[in-house]
Amino acid sequence: MIILENVSKSFSDLRVLKDISIEIQDHEIYGIIGQSGAGKSTLLRCINGLEDYQFGRITVDGVPVSVKDKKQLHQLQKKMGMIFQNFNLLERLDVYDNVALPMKFWGMKTNTPEAKKKIEGLISLVGLEDKIHVRPRELSGGQKQRVAIARALVLDPQILLCDEATSALDPAITREILDLLQRINRQMGITIIVVTHQMEVVKQICEKVAFIKDGKVLAIGKPEDLFIRPSKEIKAFLHESSELLPDNGVNIQLFFTDESADEPVISQMARKLNLDFSISWAKLEDFRSNIYGSLVITVDEKDKDKVLKYLDEVKVLWEVLS
Amino acid sequence: MMDIILTASRQTLYMVFFSTLFSVILGFIPAIILTLTAPDGLRPNKIVYETLSLLVNIFRSFPFIILLVIIIPFTRLIAGKAIGTRAAVVPLTVSAIPYIARIFETSLRETDPGVIEAARSFGASDFQILLRVYIKESIPRMLNGVILLIISLVGYSAMAGTVGGGGIGDLAIRYGYQQYKTEYLLVCSAILIVFVQLVQMLGNYLYKKLS
Repeated sequence: MIILENVSKSFSDLRVLKDISIEIQDHEIYGIIGQSGAGKSTLLRCINGLEDYQFGRITVDGVPVSVKDKKQLHQLQKKMGMIFQNFNLLERLDVYDNVALPMKFWGMKTNTPEAKKKIEGLISLVGLEDKIHVRPRELSGGQKQRVAIARALVLDPQILLCDEATSALDPAITREILDLLQRINRQMGITIIVVTHQMEVVKQICEKVAFIKDGKVLAIGKPEDLFIRPSKEIKAFLHESSELLPDNGVNIQLFFTDESADEPVISQMARKLNLDFSISWAKLEDFRSNIYGSLVITVDEKDKDKVLKYLDEVKVLWEVLS
Repeated sequence: MMDIILTASRQTLYMVFFSTLFSVILGFIPAIILTLTAPDGLRPNKIVYETLSLLVNIFRSFPFIILLVIIIPFTRLIAGKAIGTRAAVVPLTVSAIPYIARIFETSLRETDPGVIEAARSFGASDFQILLRVYIKESIPRMLNGVILLIISLVGYSAMAGTVGGGGIGDLAIRYGYQQYKTEYLLVCSAILIVFVQLVQMLGNYLYKKLS
């Protein structure tokens, strides 16, 4: 488990992290989302000691992350693999040697049968068994990130840190890389922390997410809770403008953030209450392959109370829009 | 004529080969120190970096012909005498060290900082990063630098005639220019052109092969 308590950091006069507290459970896929410059990459680097922080406390499985204790940090870094936006592979090494590199840093032999089996196993895990002796320059972006993932796993880490790992990739390749990360999380039980500005990433794989703006955590929760019913700041981040809604009648927004999304709530309500209303706006979204959504119905003023009472009965979240 | 040209060619090769060899070895050390202590280096140290950088610049600003003369006592100390092909290697090396040091520094510092960060994230020590990332990734660039060095040393070696170094360039000046023997001038120039061309081709081939 990774715990951040009131972490703050400044670069000279600029405060980049302000009082950040986050808890990340084992085996979780945790997202840290926000605009560029929000401090999310810095935060990630504090977790594995690439950057120091001035205030607060970060612990990984109870062990404090501190750049002052070099030896302890060194051991912690072995537990955490990291992948990057620009892949950061060594141009002059082939796929095999790139994956093997962290082992060399730890003085492990990379040419023994066991080492070979392990490295080749990881390379086939990421689906590059036919590229084993190819140099990075001959690989596509997605393939490079696969090599980086294999490299990050070679020291058997418990945690994988992903710094904008899909930001340089096109949408189809992004989906493939995310699938791979999800598979690694499920099969190997590795905790994954993804820093990203891409909603797709959070929607596809994150179980929990922290939304960061200007170095502050503004919200923490399940992505479907945060993004189906977004706060003002999150709306701004998503570039969602207020919808154009009819001004005669009452507009009620309904949120489907759990199983209720599967039920025919709307048609049932129309039948049971025997009234008419119009659907003025709707949005459906896919979070980790579950559908969540929101819609706005416009009803007559006189029907308002009836409708709200019904919605409460069937336990659908609502909000009256003014 | 053949004999004279053959001897001169040997002298040029001798001077260029040894001054390249020594300056590459000796220039590598300041290059590493500059890379480590640079503001973006592994051990940033403004005082060391600026001082060494200034020293490199001072040595680089001497015109070669002047350096040749003022270090004569030093040359005598190292080579045992101040005149001759062997002695000429000393000033050539001295002038080449800061040149190649700067080229190596630039090559090393062109290493992608992201790759260095990745190595750090896997727990690499500074020494491992220097060896396995900085140096290893920069080898093709440094090789390009050595090719540049060899070619400029061919040019500088012509001036080594001043201290009796001999060589093709010197032959061209003394026979071809001062004694109006145009055929020497032409043959010497042709030899130099072919030599430089060969070195460059070899360099390009190795660069491709290594990178």
